[in-house]
Amino acid sequence: MTEKYNMPDARGHFGVYGGIFVAETLMPAIEELNTAYQHYMQDPDFIAELDKDLQYYVGRPSPLYHAERWSQKLGGAQIYLKREDLNHTGSHKINNTVGQALLAKRMGKTRIIAETGAGQHGVATATVAARLGLECVIYMGAVDVARQSLNVYRMKLLGATVVAVESGSKTLKDALNEALRDWVTNIDDTFYIIGTVAGPHPYPAMVRDFQAILGREARAQCLAQAGKLPDALVACVGGGSNAMGLFYPFIDDASVKLIGVEAAGDGVETGRHSAPLCAGRPGVLHGNRTYLMSDDDGEIIETHSISAGLDYPGVGPEHAWLKDSGRAQYVNITDDEALGGFYALTRMEGIIPALETSHATAYILKLAPTMKKDEIIIVNLSGRGDKDMQTMAKREGIEL
Amino acid sequence: MSRLAATFAELAQKNRKALIPFVTAGDPNPQFTVPLMHAMVGAGVDIIELGVPFSDPMADGPVIQRASERALAHHQSLRTTLTIASEFRKTNGHTPIVIMGYLNPVEVMGYEKFADAVQAAGIDGVLTVDLPPEEAQECTALLKSRGVDPIFLLAPNSSAERIATMDTIGAGYLYYVSLKGVTGAGHLNAADVETKLAEIRENTKLPIAVGFGVKDAQTAKTIANLGDGVVVGSALISQIEANLHSPAQAKEAIIDLLTAMRQAMDN
Repeated sequence: MTEKYNMPDARGHFGVYGGIFVAETLMPAIEELNTAYQHYMQDPDFIAELDKDLQYYVGRPSPLYHAERWSQKLGGAQIYLKREDLNHTGSHKINNTVGQALLAKRMGKTRIIAETGAGQHGVATATVAARLGLECVIYMGAVDVARQSLNVYRMKLLGATVVAVESGSKTLKDALNEALRDWVTNIDDTFYIIGTVAGPHPYPAMVRDFQAILGREARAQCLAQAGKLPDALVACVGGGSNAMGLFYPFIDDASVKLIGVEAAGDGVETGRHSAPLCAGRPGVLHGNRTYLMSDDDGEIIETHSISAGLDYPGVGPEHAWLKDSGRAQYVNITDDEALGGFYALTRMEGIIPALETSHATAYILKLAPTMKKDEIIIVNLSGRGDKDMQTMAKREGIEL
Repeated sequence: MSRLAATFAELAQKNRKALIPFVTAGDPNPQFTVPLMHAMVGAGVDIIELGVPFSDPMADGPVIQRASERALAHHQSLRTTLTIASEFRKTNGHTPIVIMGYLNPVEVMGYEKFADAVQAAGIDGVLTVDLPPEEAQECTALLKSRGVDPIFLLAPNSSAERIATMDTIGAGYLYYVSLKGVTGAGHLNAADVETKLAEIRENTKLPIAVGFGVKDAQTAKTIANLGDGVVVGSALISQIEANLHSPAQAKEAIIDLLTAMRQAMDN
C-alpha cells in the first residue's frame, strides 16, 4: 500500500458506508459530540488521563500469550492470544467505556445511558459510571436479561438502572432503539455510550480509536516476542468493536490477513443467524449505512446466536468497507461449532472464553492446521466466560 | 405548483390552518386504512400522513411502535403503503398524501425505483425520519424531478443554519417537532413553540406544520394559532388501540376527535 489508510471522511463515511442517519432531533447532540471528540483526541491532557486509567484501572497492557500447547495440538500456526479477558470487568468493552466516560465528564454530562446485549458493555458502562459518580441507565432486551442474569445483577450492584426492553425481538437491536429514544428525550444532560463500532458518526471511528489500544499493543508485543508481524488476525464480529480494535493498527500491513468471524447461529443456510457480512445486504439502521439482515421489504429480520453479544442484525460500517475493498475477509461459525471452540480453549489452555469469543477460537480450529508452523495467528480473546456459566451448565443439563 | 403547495396557498387565502392526521398504513388491518382516509377527508382534514410500518421505529414512542407491530403482523410494508395510497387516489384527486417512514425500506427498494413508485401512487410528499439533509441530496433530487416534495423535520434545538438548509432542500412544508422526545410523549408548551416558530420563520418561507404532543382539540386550536398546520398522530392511533375488538368503533372515535379538532381550529 502506498497511501496510508485514513478512513473515515469528515462526515464519517467509509466509502458508501457509515455516515449520519438520524432524526433531526438528534443532530445537534451528534454535532456536539463530534466536536468534543475531535478536540479531546488531540488534547494531551485528555490523552494522559485516558492512558493513566487504562494502565491503573483497566490493567493495561494485557498480555499477548503464546498458546503453545494448543498450537502444538493443532499442528499448524503458532497461536497467540490477546488477553482482553484479563481486563477489569472481563472484556475489551472497558477500553471504550473508560474513554467515552472521560469524554462525558469533560462535556459536563451528568447522566450516562447505554445499550447492551450480553451485558459486557452494560457492566463496563455501569462500572465507569459508578467510578465517576454519574447516573446510569442500561437498556437490555428482555430476552437477554433472562439469559444473562449474572451481568444484570452486576450492573445493579454497580448502581445502574437496568431497563428490560420488551419491544420488537427483545434483543440488542431493540435495546439500541430504546437507548436512542431515551437520548432524544434527555439530550441536554445525557451522554450515550455506544458499545460497538456502529451508530452515527463519530461513534464508529471513536469506538475504534478507543479500542485500537489493544491492536497497537498486540502489534508491538508480537514484534517483541516473535520478532515479526503476525500472518493473520482473527476476531469475532457482532457489531465488531474487538475486531476493529485489533485490525485497525494492522490495516497498512498488507501481509497481515484480517479475518472476522460472524455468528452463523443454526447455519447461514437456515436463515437463523447473525451474519450480515456473510449473508446480508447493505441498508441503513441505527444511524449508519452498513450490511444488515433485512428482508425484501427492508424490514429488519430477527437474528439468532447462542451468544447474546453477537445477536445483532447489523455490523460496524468500517467492516462493511473492509469487506467490499477485500482488505478483510469474513467467515462464520455456527452455535455448535462455537461450543467446540469454547471447550477447546478451556481444556487445552485453562482459559474459559466468552461464547462470543468462542466463535473466534472455533475458527482457529479450522484455520491453524492449514498454516505452517512458523506462521503466526493472533486471536483477540475478547472476553472471559464467567457470564456464560449458566448458559453452558443448562446446555449440559446441570442446575447451578 | 405541487398539490401540497396549492393546499397551503388555498388555506392561507381562507385564513385556515391545515389539519394533518397521521395513521400507520395497514393498522390494525390492511382493509382499514383506505376507507379511514376518505372518512377523515369528510371530517375536514387537509393533508394525510401515512406511516410506513417499520420493524425498528427509533423515533417513535410506544403507541406508534405498536401500530407498526400490528401492521407488520399483517405483512404490511412500504410496498403495501404505496398500494393503499394509489387506492385512495382512485377516488380522491385533491387531498395531498405524505408518506412518513424510515430509510431502510427505501434503500432496499432503491432510490430511483422508490421515486418512480411514489410518483405513480399519487403521493405528494415523502418524509424520511432518519435521512437528514446531509445524506439526502440524491434521494431528494430524484423526488423533486418527479414533482414529489421532500419534507424535513425541524427540532427545538435545530440551529438557524440548519433551518436554512431545510428551507433549501425541503419543499411542501417543514414539520416542526415540538418536543425533545419521541412521538406521543408529554405535552407541548405553546410559549416555547411560539418562540421557536418565530426563529424558524426568519429562515424559511415554507409552511410549518407542528406535531408531537397534540392530544386534543384544545391543543390543536392553540397550535393552529401558531403554525400553518397541526399534525396529530398518537392520539388517533390510541383510538385504534382502545378499540381493537371493533375497527368500526375505532374509526368512529378517530372521526369524532378530528371533527372536534377541526371545529376548535376554525372557531
